[in-house]
Amino acid sequence: MLTDITLGQYYPGDSFLHKLDPRTKIVATLIFICSIFLASTYVAYGVLFLSVLLAVGLSRLPAKLVARSVKPLWVIVVLTFVIHAFSTPGAALFEWKFISITDAGVQQGVLMSLRLVFLIVVSSLLTYTTSPIVLTDGIESLLNPLRRFGVPAHELAMMMTIALRFIPTLLEETDRIMKAQVARGADFSSGHLLKRAKNLLPLLVPLFISAFRRADELAVAMEARCYRGGENRTRLHQLAYAPRDGVALGGVLALTLALAWMRWSGL
Amino acid sequence: MSIKLEAVSYTYMPGTPYEKRAISDISLEIEKGEFVAIIGHTGSGKSTLVQHLNGLLHPTSGRVLVDDIDLAAKTPEAKKIARSVGMVFQYPEHQLFAETIYEDVAFGPRNLKLDEAEVRQRVELAMEFVGLDYGKFAHRSPFHLSGGQMRRVAIAGVIAMQPDYLVLDEPSAGLDPAARNAIFAEIVQLYRTRGITVILVTHNMEEAARLADRMLVMAKGEVRMDGKPKEVFRADRELLHAAGVDVPRMVELVDALRLKGIDIPEDTVSVDSLVREILARQRRENAC
Ligand SMILES: Nc1ncnc2c1ncn2[C@@H]1O[C@H](COP(=O)(O)OP(=O)(O)O)[C@@H](O)[C@H]1O
Ligand SMILES: [Mg+2]
Repeated sequence: MLTDITLGQYYPGDSFLHKLDPRTKIVATLIFICSIFLASTYVAYGVLFLSVLLAVGLSRLPAKLVARSVKPLWVIVVLTFVIHAFSTPGAALFEWKFISITDAGVQQGVLMSLRLVFLIVVSSLLTYTTSPIVLTDGIESLLNPLRRFGVPAHELAMMMTIALRFIPTLLEETDRIMKAQVARGADFSSGHLLKRAKNLLPLLVPLFISAFRRADELAVAMEARCYRGGENRTRLHQLAYAPRDGVALGGVLALTLALAWMRWSGL
Repeated sequence: MSIKLEAVSYTYMPGTPYEKRAISDISLEIEKGEFVAIIGHTGSGKSTLVQHLNGLLHPTSGRVLVDDIDLAAKTPEAKKIARSVGMVFQYPEHQLFAETIYEDVAFGPRNLKLDEAEVRQRVELAMEFVGLDYGKFAHRSPFHLSGGQMRRVAIAGVIAMQPDYLVLDEPSAGLDPAARNAIFAEIVQLYRTRGITVILVTHNMEEAARLADRMLVMAKGEVRMDGKPKEVFRADRELLHAAGVDVPRMVELVDALRLKGIDIPEDTVSVDSLVREILARQRRENAC
């Protein structure tokens, strides 16, 4: 069913990662992702692997869930491996006509795919442990200093929040209209492409009408309450740093420094 | 000929943190020709329950049989029998899509693969039933009507499929009293003249008491009471309050009168019968 799609894949919980301030999580994730690209040796990859494991452990998410985050992108991971395996010069392991797989290529392929996997896992940890609304709050707060340069931080965040807020509503609406039309004998799943597209009309027309109606109502409601942008607005949920945010940032920075040191010292 | 539920339970989004058991272990049978009202608090599982009656939802456990055919079976018969249960959703006007009222009402009958003459006849009949003049409205856009009229078009779209069972999920929600009365009157007329089985989900106790000959009270995903409206309202008040159901004002009035020592039969639930009782009493007193 449509409403089974959980939005932004947030998985509620109260682990160390869940409780971190969203700003810390966003910044730490960005730093972590950069540090992934510092790693070049096996030792460095080992350290990275352990850090990712630690992060997953701290999130207390089911391992299955984390593994699932890689699934939609496995094609890209495999492709990365294949391209590197075939295109890196080195001693040939296997040769056939103009195709050759080199030892350096295999090594490079494994490391590159690992990088990708780390990247995917770390960024999905962010979205698994932070609800979309809180995430938007964090982004707004981080973008705030850029307002001086004309970045409409609040307006951007507001648009994101509203969009996020209405995704489940629209999914629910889709589900309801679909059921109503199925009850009247509509068929959304058979026939050739053109016919199927035509069959979608009884779903799409009401859906668009309702989306526009909702947008209209929301605009009126906001105007009636004299809503206006960011200046001097207070908020219900204030973001606040706690000691654990320092610990998390410190940890990520230490990892980055260690990886940088390994890279320059060639370990 | 009946709709039969056997130990039906339904869980939304099983296996996720959002898992929610909406109805549990419901067994009941609705005979052909009954007028059943389902009442209960918001979130008590009424909508979930009725969506099982035409196979829009299949039970997580248990079975739903319509005229002895299991709706979960993936056979053409199961699909066909599910069509015999018409379903009017909450705010059905949100499902309108066609350019003209005619086209919208004809959507269901056309999906039944009827020929165009038959479709036209059914559309005319259905529109007449919900009080929309065919000549005047058939070729207008459904989107330029009032809320009450739009809802009637939507209901006509279901009636035009000529179901044996008609399920209505809060058909009067958000309507003004006049439009509400009109819609209930049409439902009653449909029930009386076509003899179809009506299953009405409603918040309006007075209507439920007046129209239905059987009432199901739901709370927390279970059917807590099942009986004639009179019996249900006379039953344990504690239970009714626990289910979040308000007793109709009429019942409260009769209670108050009886407390004052005025002898009115306890099972008076409609205004008409109360007036008749009081007049009869006066006549008796004047006679003395
Ligand atoms: N599509 C859905 N996804 C998840 N939970 C749902 C969905 N629809 C209803 N529920 C939940 O199931 C319970 C019963 O809902 P519902 O059948 O709509 O009750 P009612 O119609 O009596 O108000 C509620 O707690 C509701 O939150
Ligand atoms: Mg409901």
